[in-house]
Amino acid sequence: MIPLLLIAQYSAPLAFAATGETIGQKSGVLNIGLEGIMLLAAYASVSVGLATGSPWMGMLAAIACAIALSLIQGFFTIILATDQVVAGTAVNLFALGLTGTLFALGAAKGESLSGAPRLPEMLPGVDPVLLLLPILVGCAAWGLTKTAFGLALRAAGEYPAAVESAGFSVTKLRLIAQGLNGLFAGLGGGYLALGLVQAFAENMTSGRGFVAIALVTFGRWKPWWALGASLLIGALEWAQVAMQGKSPLPIQFFTALPYLVALIVLVIAGKGTMAPGALGLAYRREK
Amino acid sequence: MKQAVRLGLQGLAIMAGLVAVLFLTFAAFGQDPVFGVRTIFLGAFGDAQGISRTLVRATPLLLAGLGVVVAWRAGMYNIGGEGQYVLGGIGGAMIAKLLGGAAPAALGPMILICGVLFGASVAALAAWLQVKRGVQVVVSTILMNFLALELMEYLLRGPLQERKKQLFVTDTLPNEAMLMRFGAQTDLHFGIVIALISAIGVAIYLYLTKAGLQLRIVGDNPSAARANKIPADAVQIRAMAISGGLCGLAGAVDYAGLTGRLADGFSQNWGFIAIPVALMGALNPIATIFSATYFGALFAGSEELKRTLPIGNTVVPLVQGVVVLAYIGFVTWMSRRKPVVGAEE
Repeated sequence: MIPLLLIAQYSAPLAFAATGETIGQKSGVLNIGLEGIMLLAAYASVSVGLATGSPWMGMLAAIACAIALSLIQGFFTIILATDQVVAGTAVNLFALGLTGTLFALGAAKGESLSGAPRLPEMLPGVDPVLLLLPILVGCAAWGLTKTAFGLALRAAGEYPAAVESAGFSVTKLRLIAQGLNGLFAGLGGGYLALGLVQAFAENMTSGRGFVAIALVTFGRWKPWWALGASLLIGALEWAQVAMQGKSPLPIQFFTALPYLVALIVLVIAGKGTMAPGALGLAYRREK
Repeated sequence: MKQAVRLGLQGLAIMAGLVAVLFLTFAAFGQDPVFGVRTIFLGAFGDAQGISRTLVRATPLLLAGLGVVVAWRAGMYNIGGEGQYVLGGIGGAMIAKLLGGAAPAALGPMILICGVLFGASVAALAAWLQVKRGVQVVVSTILMNFLALELMEYLLRGPLQERKKQLFVTDTLPNEAMLMRFGAQTDLHFGIVIALISAIGVAIYLYLTKAGLQLRIVGDNPSAARANKIPADAVQIRAMAISGGLCGLAGAVDYAGLTGRLADGFSQNWGFIAIPVALMGALNPIATIFSATYFGALFAGSEELKRTLPIGNTVVPLVQGVVVLAYIGFVTWMSRRKPVVGAEE
């Protein structure tokens, strides 16, 4: 298999998640719970994939669980207008505890969450979900910039009050964005577990959701750029595997590299005026 | 007085809620809830061992929880408690290695100081990056968590590895360098006193000093801070330095009080779990004492649980997640009067 394909595979979970988070942030919602949502999706994909024997049912379950958890978070951050970081942190803890407990319960019964059915390959190493990635990124980029809905959604993240006076509902727009965020996170988490290794391990996302959040800033809130940023991080992940035992530098340096590069790029990118104006701020209609 | 009664009632309600959530969690996983809650309770408070375990677990939770309180009250979402905790341990281990057995009696305090400095400097760096370069601390501190963990892993296989170079651990601290223990039978160490003193110190700082008042104004209402010519940037960097210092102290206290050495898995997510500890303590340093004790007990008790049931420590984050959501949902629902308008004016 050529490295390019491997890099694409490593990047895909991040790219899905970062694209979804871009949509969410454009509408003004910072989804800190992304890590937990991906983790739950990863668990769901493998356990349902194993139970039904169908990778498609596994991916569907991943998407359904991710959307459900996203919307639960959205209920708190968008409808109740609670602090977005607090609610997201709670969702992360919830998913970590839930999947960990389910995993432990399953292990006690002798079930193993590995050897799930594989997604069919269309070309060597290319499955339909991987193929879907550039298509969906394109859809997201087009939808955000070229459609009336995308305009309204972006406005909800910039000047929510203006959107309301134009007759849209900020709450509805943000909920839809949060749901789409869940859809993408579900694809990312499902692909990470079912797509790449056909197995689930405790806390297997290991920070990918958080890195994806950093990639949104890195990608200047543009889906294609976020994909490019994900490919860079994917290349670093690949390098880490490829360099194992072949480099005088300690392996931890390569493991740390994706986080380090993400941080350095954010520092260099500096104070951007690209961030949605109302990002992270709850919106409540004046009474 | 009225406020104290209200806080007390709120505390009781939260306690009842916490037990209820625990109960429901067991039921949801098809386990006997009465047995589960009873096992946790006895494991946490059943005997001197249990109480000691509870307090030992509560110590890092309280210290790092206080760190979260200080940062979040200033409007800085420090999620890097985990990394700062680990760096606190690393700082302590470095000074221990550097001194190489000289002056063991002075080593204990020096470990704590180094832990504070390591945690404080990295948190202050994150704050500075937000203020000067616009890199949100929410994102940067998360990334720094992973960097700190990788750094520790590397150090344990390189410069800080034990003398025989066999295991991936540091040398064990000499007994004279360890924090005082309260008894030979239990692990309970002087760290709990340090944590309680820190809680009182943070309370005094936040509520009785001018710097604390400024910090709270900056966090509550940035435009009011600007109007009153409070240097918000400096206040936020200071708050992050204190926050990181407390999280670093948590790591150093665990190192010098409990483990005596660093190894993989040195932190069991203490810095991360401290966030809900602080939130359930309503970001109030005194209330955080109780919340840290509760979660310390939950941790200690769930260790006991692991011996009899297939579930163990994983119920802790689960319960925390549910409880935090229920709590913020309830609080927001109660206070829907105050309108918050989207963008900054």
